[in-house]
Parts: sequence; structure tokens; C-alpha cells
Amino acid sequence: MKIQRCKGMRDMSPADMAVFHQLEGICRDSFIKWGYREVRTPTIEYLHLFTSAGTLTPTMLGKVYSFLDWDGWSGERVVLRPDGTIPVARLYTESMSGQGLARLFYAANMFTFETGDKNRERWQCGAELIGAGSAVADAELMALSMEIVKKLGLKNVELRLSHAGLLKALLAKLKLNTEEQHKIFDSILDGDITVLTKISRSAPELGETLLPLLSLKGQSPGFLKDKRALFLRTMPEIGSSLDDFLKAVAILDNLDIKYQINIASGAGFEYYTGMIFQLFIGKEKIGGGGRYDALIPSMGGGDVPASGCAIYLDRLIRLVNVETVLSSTPKRILVKGSDIKEAFKVADALRQAGFIAELDLDGQKADWALEVKSGGALTLIDKAKSTKTDIRSVAEVIKLLEAKGAA
Amino acid sequence: MPLKIALPKGRLLRKTAALLQKADWRLDEYQSSMGFYRPKSARFPDLLVRVFHEKDIPIQIAMGNYDLGICGLDWIEELLVKYPSSDVIKVKDLTYGQSSLYMAVASKSVDLRQNGSPLRIASEYPNLAEAFALKNRLSRFSIFPVWGAAEAYPPENADMVLLAAQSTTEIASYGLSPFSRVLDTSTFLIANRNSRELKNLGEIVASISDALPELGKSVGEKKDIPLNVSVGSPAPEVGKNTVRLALPDGHQQQQTVELLNKAGIKIEDYPSADGNRRPKIGITGVAVKVIRPQDMPLQVANGNFDLAITGRDWLTDHLAQFPSSPVKEMLDLKLRKVRLVAVVSQNLPVNNSADLRRFIVGRAEPFRLASEYVNIADKYARENHLGHYRVIPTWGATEAFLPEDADLLIENTETGRTIARHNLKIIGTLFESTACLIGNANMTADGNKRQRMDYIINRLHATVGDA
Repeated sequence: MKIQRCKGMRDMSPADMAVFHQLEGICRDSFIKWGYREVRTPTIEYLHLFTSAGTLTPTMLGKVYSFLDWDGWSGERVVLRPDGTIPVARLYTESMSGQGLARLFYAANMFTFETGDKNRERWQCGAELIGAGSAVADAELMALSMEIVKKLGLKNVELRLSHAGLLKALLAKLKLNTEEQHKIFDSILDGDITVLTKISRSAPELGETLLPLLSLKGQSPGFLKDKRALFLRTMPEIGSSLDDFLKAVAILDNLDIKYQINIASGAGFEYYTGMIFQLFIGKEKIGGGGRYDALIPSMGGGDVPASGCAIYLDRLIRLVNVETVLSSTPKRILVKGSDIKEAFKVADALRQAGFIAELDLDGQKADWALEVKSGGALTLIDKAKSTKTDIRSVAEVIKLLEAKGAA
Repeated sequence: MPLKIALPKGRLLRKTAALLQKADWRLDEYQSSMGFYRPKSARFPDLLVRVFHEKDIPIQIAMGNYDLGICGLDWIEELLVKYPSSDVIKVKDLTYGQSSLYMAVASKSVDLRQNGSPLRIASEYPNLAEAFALKNRLSRFSIFPVWGAAEAYPPENADMVLLAAQSTTEIASYGLSPFSRVLDTSTFLIANRNSRELKNLGEIVASISDALPELGKSVGEKKDIPLNVSVGSPAPEVGKNTVRLALPDGHQQQQTVELLNKAGIKIEDYPSADGNRRPKIGITGVAVKVIRPQDMPLQVANGNFDLAITGRDWLTDHLAQFPSSPVKEMLDLKLRKVRLVAVVSQNLPVNNSADLRRFIVGRAEPFRLASEYVNIADKYARENHLGHYRVIPTWGATEAFLPEDADLLIENTETGRTIARHNLKIIGTLFESTACLIGNANMTADGNKRQRMDYIINRLHATVGDA
């Protein structure tokens, strides 16, 4: 019988894990320095947490790993967490409600059913800024994401901006019934924007304002500013969303953060209500986030605005330059010797000094080896130079290794 | 390798047999639905033909056990909606056996996007029901998968049901109102994806296609049409102090009615000639509903019924799936004694579970268990350390699975005769099952209700005690 891992699942080798931990460490380090505190939510949640009004699109829900728990005789299903934000919002609502502003972050795996060879388990590191509704809060998450991307040494990252409020207001102008509106918004959120341009073409009276807005792509918010008055005349209801969008964009300008405006690119999550941002390298989405002011109220957590971001760790494993990410690890020393007690003692002393000390079990080879002889005599073997040096004490071994820059 | 086709028993058998007769297949025993499931075709003597319950066929095709199959579109979609990457291809709409799947409600005031208590949906099609719930953004829902009689559940035991019906009139005849037409279904010829690419199915497919009447009608597109049909008479309200008793449908009815009579409990219109599922019982404050015995433990667990008469086999299966369920056996009714047994082919060099473990070691293929009792089979496999195994859920006619499509069955048997007739042998008895009265350990009943429940239990106890 051939033992193998489940379809769509992936192992991470020691080499993968070294990179993974560095990536996670860089995210974690930035989050902590910006004042975020780590939380961990369970892998299994109730399905209804995600089906509750406007949290995930039906297409996404159709890919959720749902099943009956061992005590699921009520017929209520549980799921393997398909998303990071909703559980954190649930945690806040359940046990941190009323505590005002909370900056929280997590590193966790998400599960969604994908066909073919695509990954069904994905790792991400995300931050949630709960209790702040300002454009500054939106800008904080974008600046934070860009800082992480920069620390990871990634080049040519595109920050793509959209606005869920603006999108929804525009859709409302198309005079679709609720069902159709849901459907179109879902398809945009699922990444299909062709349907939108098709529909807006069928409403010629709005062509002048709607199409330019929806097909707007580019770096400068100048177009939006210039046409603001015109837009507000035809669509006064988009005013607050448009201003909200322009405010956040102005902060990015001040911070000298580059971005692309692409209103129709809303791919992601249904719970967004305001600013939506996505990070791309070429066609690969490596992260994103947005404002979700209605999520915590829908869970009964009161009128608490919130926004968040996430960095997709496993996509980055392939994209980062390993050299730039991996910091130098301490030298490995192989400890050999027939005197077990003495070998353990010597290895312990090496570890205390910051080396990796590995006990030799099967005559393996290493760049550095230390032979422990009876009576405590030591021989240091440098494989690169094929030299053997007899040394009297561990302290001297450490001194010697440090002098060779091995620590 | 000969080509293999899975044909349906049950409602589609007669028309499928007629079609294949027109196609000159000259099958020897498919016309009769009795016992044997291995017909031979004189026109395609090499073709391996097996007869299955219709529900099992899409799964058999998807697994690649069969190259071709004939079954209803409803069961194909029930599989594909949950497992869209299944290797099942719809080859041809055979156009007969048409019906529609309706989502139906007891009252028109059902609020789909309700918050708070979950919306309960009962259905033989749990996957399609879940897809409906997600698509319509139900904020919170429970799906009760049932073996049948879904129409009996609303309004007390379910808010909505997804069921197959010929027309909205049929839905109305159950006292239900059609809420939405979810799927139009008819009989389809289906093929395994790999078989279609790698094997020559052409001659067989052509023989069936050529025998079809000229007028092809295309069905199968999903439609959600809001329907406006007036609701039939609503079901009577059940008061808080009413004891809700579930009685079995099907072949267990006769024994159940005899038992009730012996206990001096009168019951009218059970078994019912016209399908009445709410017979009147001669005890005030007790409401009876007739449902499938398989579905009773789950219903009692959920507090939909206070007492139910089912088999220990189904109770055991329920408890294997949900060990913390509050359902318990209140009384052994000592009726319908069967044994649950593990069965293998006569040709397998295995005579007991110790042999079985030795046999499994070193097998490259996963060991396949087929059973109606999915959770008992799963537990059996775990407890016998069967290693890499798969449980194939079936809906009856399980004997047809051995030896080609499964390695072991968990079956119930009264005499063991059917098993022997299929060239199979019993390698172990799991337990003995009889009819029993089940209840909910967490149920708190006050005064009147408690007394009524005790009355039923005591009457039955006295009767079976005397037997």
C-alpha cells in the first residue's frame, strides 16, 4: 500500500519551513511594532458564522469544507475555517466587545476546496484593526502591508485600490432587482468583472458616468477629483463613498505610497463595505484587505467599524528570494564520542554558547565535528580544511569556533 | 476487460427494460425486480450488467466501477453539486421518468433570511438542499437528510422540504406550498469520464440512442421560478403537552399495528391505503406521524419526536455517528428479529475477522465495505483495523456489490438465505436487532405529557413482557 498525502494538501520540507518562518517572522515583527497583538482562533467553526448575512459569497461558501461534527445530530454543520477575518471578528464580539479599539493579528491556515492540483490549504498572516472607522485606519493597513512587502524584498508590487461602497452605489444605479444585484456583486467579488461592463453598456443614460468610473484604471486620482462635481450631480448617493475613497488616497499620496485605482477590481470578500485594496506581483495576488464596517454589527457586536489586511504566506514562499529572507543560522557542530555522559555535557555547553550541537548517531558527516574522547579530551575536526585540532576544554573549543566566525 | 453497465431497479425499471428491449438487448432477467441483479444480454454477451438502487448508480460511475449507467438526473446532480469534479458525464437524456424537484414549505410566510433559530430543511437530497440554502443565502440552516417521506415533516419537524414531484398539484396534495422549482429531472444515460475517453462505448450508446423515440426534449437546466400556488389545508397544531410518536412506514407497519392492538392501543388508517402519514391514535394528547424508521433516531435526537418505533440497527448506526446523542432505547419490542452480519464472497479465503485482518495485510487496494449502515460499517472497519478502507454507502440491493464492487458488506439478515443464494458467506455477527421504542434522554416532560408517555411505554411493556 502506497501511503500518500491528501489531494490538494502540501507538505512543507525543512527548507520550506525555514523560509516560511522567516516570512511569518517578518509579518509578525511588523504587526507587533505597529501595536497589533496576536490571537489564535480554532480551526473548526460553525458554518452559520460564515453564512450569516453578507459574509462570504455563495461561490466561496460552495467551496467550504463543511461536515457534521460528532455531536452534529441537530443537522448544523461545522467548517474548516475558510477565512481569517470572520473568526477574529467573532472572537472580538464574543470576548473583547466593549473594549474599544483593538489591533489584532493572526497567522493561520485556511481551507477551501479547489479543483485540480491547486492548494486546498493556504497559510496567511493577517491583521484586523477593530474599532476605528477613519481613512487614517485604512491608510495604516495599506502602509503596514507595503512595509512588510518591502521588508520581504519584493519588487514590482502593485497596490490596487477599489471601494465596496462605491461599487455597490454604482450597481444600485443599474436598477437591477436585489437578486440580480447580489449576483453581479458576487461575480465581481469572485473576480469576474466582464459581467459588469456588459451590464453598464445596456444602461446608456449612465454611460457617461458609470463606464468611466468602472473602467477607471490608473495611478492618478486626478480624474476622480476633476469629475467629482459631475458625478455628484448625476449620482449624489455616491458622494460619501467617493469622498471616503479620495481621503484615503490623499493620505497615500502624502506618504508617498504608489497605487493603481481600479474600481471594478473587488475580488475578495463580500463583507467589505468601504476601501478595498489588493497587492499584486504581476498576475499573482499576494495579499489585500479592506474595510468591513457591517460585519461586527451583523454578529450582534454593536456598531463597531473595522478593517483588516492579510498577506498570503504560501504564495510568497515561491516568490521571495531565499537569500534575502534567510538570516544566517548558527553553525552546526556534530558531537561524537563513546563516553555518552561526556558527549551530552559537551553538546549542552555548545548549545549554551549559541551553536547547534547535534549528537552523532550514525556516523554522519558535518562541516564541524567534535570528538569527545575518554577522560574528556576533545578533537575538533574542520572538514573544509581537513584539519584536526586537539583541545583540552569546551571553553577553548567555543573560543576557537568564535574566532573562526562560526557562531 | 468487458464493459460494465449499471441499471436501475425501482421506479425506472419498467421503462428502462422497455427501452432496452426495443434496443434488442434481449436481457434475461431484468424485467423482474426479484432478488437477482446480474442480467445477461443476448445482443451484448460480453457486457457485464448489474442492477442497483438508482441512488447508487452515479457514485458507481464516478468511482469507475462501471463504465455506463442509467438513472435519474436528480441523483446525478445530488452528487455533482457536492463533488463537481466527479468523473461523471451525462451522455444522453432518455426523456422518460420525468419529474421536478421542488423546495416546498408548509406556510408561505417562511422568511428565508431569518436570523436566530435555524431554518430546518428535510430532504432525500441533502447536497442539493445545502446548495439551495447557500445560493439563497440562508443565514442559518439545518439539513435533515431523510431516507424518504420528506413531505410528512412540515410544519412541526421541518420548515422546508426538497422533494421530487410530478407537479405543483402533487405538492399541494401534501398540504404544502411549492416555494421554488429547483430542478427538472428525467432519466439519463451517464458514463465514466475515463471510460468514455479510453474505451469504445459507441456501440452500446448507439443501441440505446437509436431506440429512443424521435422527439427529444431537453430538460435538466436548473430553474428557480417563484411559484404562486395556494396552500392546502395546514397540518394541525401540536400542543406543548402532546406526545409526538413516530411509527414506521413500509413493511414494518403490519407488525407494529398488531403490537399496538395487542397493547390495547387503537389506531386508525395505519397502514394507510392512500398514503396518509398522520393516522389517528386512540389516546388523547398523542399525535402520530408515519416516517422511515431509518430517520427516527435523528428526529428524536432533535426533539422533533418524543417516542418512536424503529430498529436497534438504525439506533446503533445513529449512535455510531453521534456518540453524544441523547437518543436511547426505552423498550425492546422483541419484534422483527434480524442479525447484523459481515458478509464476504464465498471465494474469499476469509472465514472470520481474524482471517480478515490477515487478508488485509499487504493488499495494495483499499478495502471496500458497502452498507446501508454507513456508520456501523465505518466503526466495524476501525475496530477490526482494516487499515486503508473505504465505506460505500448504499440504498439497498447491497448483495449486488459483491464481489466486483465491494469486498465486504454489513447487512441485516433474518435467515441468511438471501446471502447464501448470492454465493456469499457470513464471517461475523455484529449484533442482534429487534424493533425498539426509542426516546430522548434530555427530554423534560411535565405532568400530563409525562403521564401519557409513561402510559404508552407501560402498555407496550406489559404486552411484550407477556409475549
